[in-house]
Amino acid sequence: MPLSQIPQIPYIPYMPDYQDMTACQIAEYVKAGRMSAVDIARQALALAQSEGHNLNAFITLCEDKALAQVATVDKKVRAGEFVAKRASRRTGNSAEISAGALAGVPIAVKDNISYTGYPTTCGSKMLETYIPPFDATVMERLIDAGAVIIGKTNMDEFAMGSSSETSYFGPVKHPLDPKLSPGGSSGGSAAAVARGIVPLALGSETGGSVRQPASFCGLYGLKPTYGAVSRYGLVAYCSSSDVIAPFARTAEDLAVLYSVIAGHDMRDATSLAGDHPDYISCLKTDRKFKIGIPKQYFAWELSCQVSPVLNQAIESLEKAGHEFYDISLPLTNKAIATHYIIAPAEASSNLARFDGVRFGFRTAGETDLKQMYLRTRSEGFGDEVKRRIMLGTYVLSAGYYDTYYLKAARVRELIRREFENAFKEVDLIITPTTPTPAFKLGEKLKDPLAMYLCDVFTVPSSLAGVPAISVPFGTVPAADSSLKLPVGVQFIAPYMGEKALFQIASILEHLKE
Amino acid sequence: MTVYEGYKPVIGLEVHAQLTTDSKMFCGCKVSYGASPNSRTCPVCLGLPGALPILNKKAVEYALRMILAVGGEVALHSVFTRKNYFYPDLPKGYQISQYSQPVGRGGEIKYSLENGRTKNCRLNRIHLEEDAGKSLHPSSKERYTRLDFNRCGVPLIEIVSEPDLKSPEDAYSYLNKLKQILQCLEICSADMEKGHLRCDANVSVLPKGKKKLGVRTEVKNLNSFKGVKRALKYEIARQIKILRAGGTVKPVTLWWDENRRAARLMRTKETSEDYRYFPEPDLWPLAIDMPWLDSIRRSLKELPDHKYNRLVKQYKIRPYDARILAADRLLADYFENVIACYNNSRDVVNWITTEILGILDETNESITEFKISPAMLAELLKSIDDGIISGRTARQVFREMAATGNSAARIITSRGLRQITDKKVLLKEVDKVITANPKQVEKYRSGKTALLDFFIGEVMKSTQGRANPELVSDLLIQLLKK
Repeated sequence: MPLSQIPQIPYIPYMPDYQDMTACQIAEYVKAGRMSAVDIARQALALAQSEGHNLNAFITLCEDKALAQVATVDKKVRAGEFVAKRASRRTGNSAEISAGALAGVPIAVKDNISYTGYPTTCGSKMLETYIPPFDATVMERLIDAGAVIIGKTNMDEFAMGSSSETSYFGPVKHPLDPKLSPGGSSGGSAAAVARGIVPLALGSETGGSVRQPASFCGLYGLKPTYGAVSRYGLVAYCSSSDVIAPFARTAEDLAVLYSVIAGHDMRDATSLAGDHPDYISCLKTDRKFKIGIPKQYFAWELSCQVSPVLNQAIESLEKAGHEFYDISLPLTNKAIATHYIIAPAEASSNLARFDGVRFGFRTAGETDLKQMYLRTRSEGFGDEVKRRIMLGTYVLSAGYYDTYYLKAARVRELIRREFENAFKEVDLIITPTTPTPAFKLGEKLKDPLAMYLCDVFTVPSSLAGVPAISVPFGTVPAADSSLKLPVGVQFIAPYMGEKALFQIASILEHLKE
Repeated sequence: MTVYEGYKPVIGLEVHAQLTTDSKMFCGCKVSYGASPNSRTCPVCLGLPGALPILNKKAVEYALRMILAVGGEVALHSVFTRKNYFYPDLPKGYQISQYSQPVGRGGEIKYSLENGRTKNCRLNRIHLEEDAGKSLHPSSKERYTRLDFNRCGVPLIEIVSEPDLKSPEDAYSYLNKLKQILQCLEICSADMEKGHLRCDANVSVLPKGKKKLGVRTEVKNLNSFKGVKRALKYEIARQIKILRAGGTVKPVTLWWDENRRAARLMRTKETSEDYRYFPEPDLWPLAIDMPWLDSIRRSLKELPDHKYNRLVKQYKIRPYDARILAADRLLADYFENVIACYNNSRDVVNWITTEILGILDETNESITEFKISPAMLAELLKSIDDGIISGRTARQVFREMAATGNSAARIITSRGLRQITDKKVLLKEVDKVITANPKQVEKYRSGKTALLDFFIGEVMKSTQGRANPELVSDLLIQLLKK
């Protein structure tokens, strides 16, 4: 729709800056007619164009559809559709949220989540021109809740990386220092939220791709229970671990965004049925948690860099009446090896469809089928993707399957049980999110193993399928500058235990103040 | 057998049967043949990034019917597996199949050879998988291949036999029986020429007296029943020739070329694909609950062997006729539907095996397309018994019914075919015949009573066959005595 045709809402003398507001506040203001969704969207798009460009946070801006969406939102506001109404259950969302929970809230979405009308590139040359003909389930739910999709964010190619540097479209820069990485693979989404372009964003998690950048950028990042959010429309990397995951600047915003996207979906066979509690009203709680401290996560030598923040968090929580227990998760140090067998194995199969036959990149001028396959995939994929495809192909090949894949699958089952047993004793587990604060761009690019080890604290819960959250709590001094870098604290909860995660995040949020 | 002097062929078949579910195996696209290319596709069956499979319960039910029907063991917990390989008509780069944990194991198929001998073939497994698309190579001039994904994702069951088949004839009869069972269960149209059934054969030959199986080869692209027989004969002869010459058979995969009536090398073992099977992470393992399985077992259609036994016992029809009916479920249904309205099984079976099969053969129709419904046939047979028409007229009426679909009563009335039973009318006709044939009357009266049939024939002729033969006979005997 051309700009001139978008109806303007009446002039309001006082208009706060949306950048200073939480998503919940924005939605309230928009629904009350005190802020124009059109104006917010225009500002967000402008910021995405300027600041977003500096950070290389976006691959595509969705201006046309965003402006059409805000027009609809403002129209609904004037028609009074958002007044005291519960959300429709049309999309099958079982979480209780108010209608228009995200009315007029600008949001950024990782570029591996399908959205019609714009390319879904996965940060790859392979899909530079691929425009999906269908929306991911989460996109339908966001739009249904009144959210405004500002753009698709930059990421490690096919979500394979922990620094957002393997993108075909160049690395994402940290909002605090352009020489630093915002983390990855959902680095674009994290940078966009941290810089204030949008209050919310969606990323995706396979082994830490939201929690790690959330920790690096001082954000709240949730890895939901596997299956709690529909994967329909999420371009698969490791199907048995992949989960769409939200970023926010406050615990409440995170809970709202999660409420909007969570819930059963008929189009995803691994999607979980069952009701979700009201995550927003339960945020305020007097509950005292029993929290486990797994010694294996603290024995890690690198973690001493972030341990002051951890200790501070533990101290504050203890003072507030929460109890801490020493627990043991002995399989923790097997998790990285297990993950880097299972994830590449599934990736080698999931990425087979990028063959140049039907969509996306195809090498020019090749007439022989086999050569076309070889050249398309050699030219279309970056190094890290090729490395993982080769790893995965190897561990699944005849004669090696039992030694690698099958063994990894068994270890995974043991890790799952280890968490299950731990949660018989405690409500939550506290760990660092990452061993270090944000590192420099280029620092680990040439050392894949060092890069893989970034996920050492996040991968175990990914393998187990249990939910986990990264809560920003304090900073540590950067090694070679006067900057103070944010550090996150991770909490892991039992299966479908997101409620406790939001509560502990909210508790810490207040303790910080 | 003398044909393979000194050698015993050992054959195992892998048969892919397309299930006749309404929608595809993992998406809602309609299964339909002959639709315009790529019109029955969606993000799921096109393998677009982010699309996910949802299992079609009906496909599972159909597979379970087959497993139960052949006495196989249903796995209450089975696993879908990805079979990875690159081909343009395989959009995901893998086929969702089952590998180490199939839904069905074991079972057997009893089949009869043309000489009436009954044999048994054990089954190894039955598993579910999805079909691939179709690559069309329009002509050698065109420098491209056309892809049609309508077939992509159509549910299949693969039925893998043990190497129990000992000759191409065994294989042929086994396949025929398999087809009957699939059709009887209403899970597959089983038309091999239309690709509903596809067959790969594993073949080896065993020198007589040896126990260890020979090296086997795989023959692919068998797409007609007769083609299977031909290809097997070809491959057995080829292997025996190699062994006789002192050579060794190599474990290769061959591609049968029906036009050239020869097989060509497709791949050797060294270049064989490594499919890198692993559990499909987009689908949970398939769990089957007992109540559902029991309900499928209860509603299972009667199988040919049971049907044969029942038809012989219940209707006292000849084994030969029962075999014809049992082999074709629809024909047997037709038979039983006629019997429901007309209780003379011998008559009904005769009409079916002679008249109906004769007409169907002429018109190349199936019994479902046949214009005479069971009730209409029963009505026709009743009108013979009631003396309304003669058996001879009935055949004429039957032909017209088959051509027009009109009822017997309507044809009898409109054509004036009703039998003449009025004695006065018949007397007139009999008189006429007697007067017209004085010489024959003379001979009859002098003792040549066999001439009665001649007189009856003359009366029938003069009445266009409408005279009631019994009445005519009675009248003639009376009048000729004088």
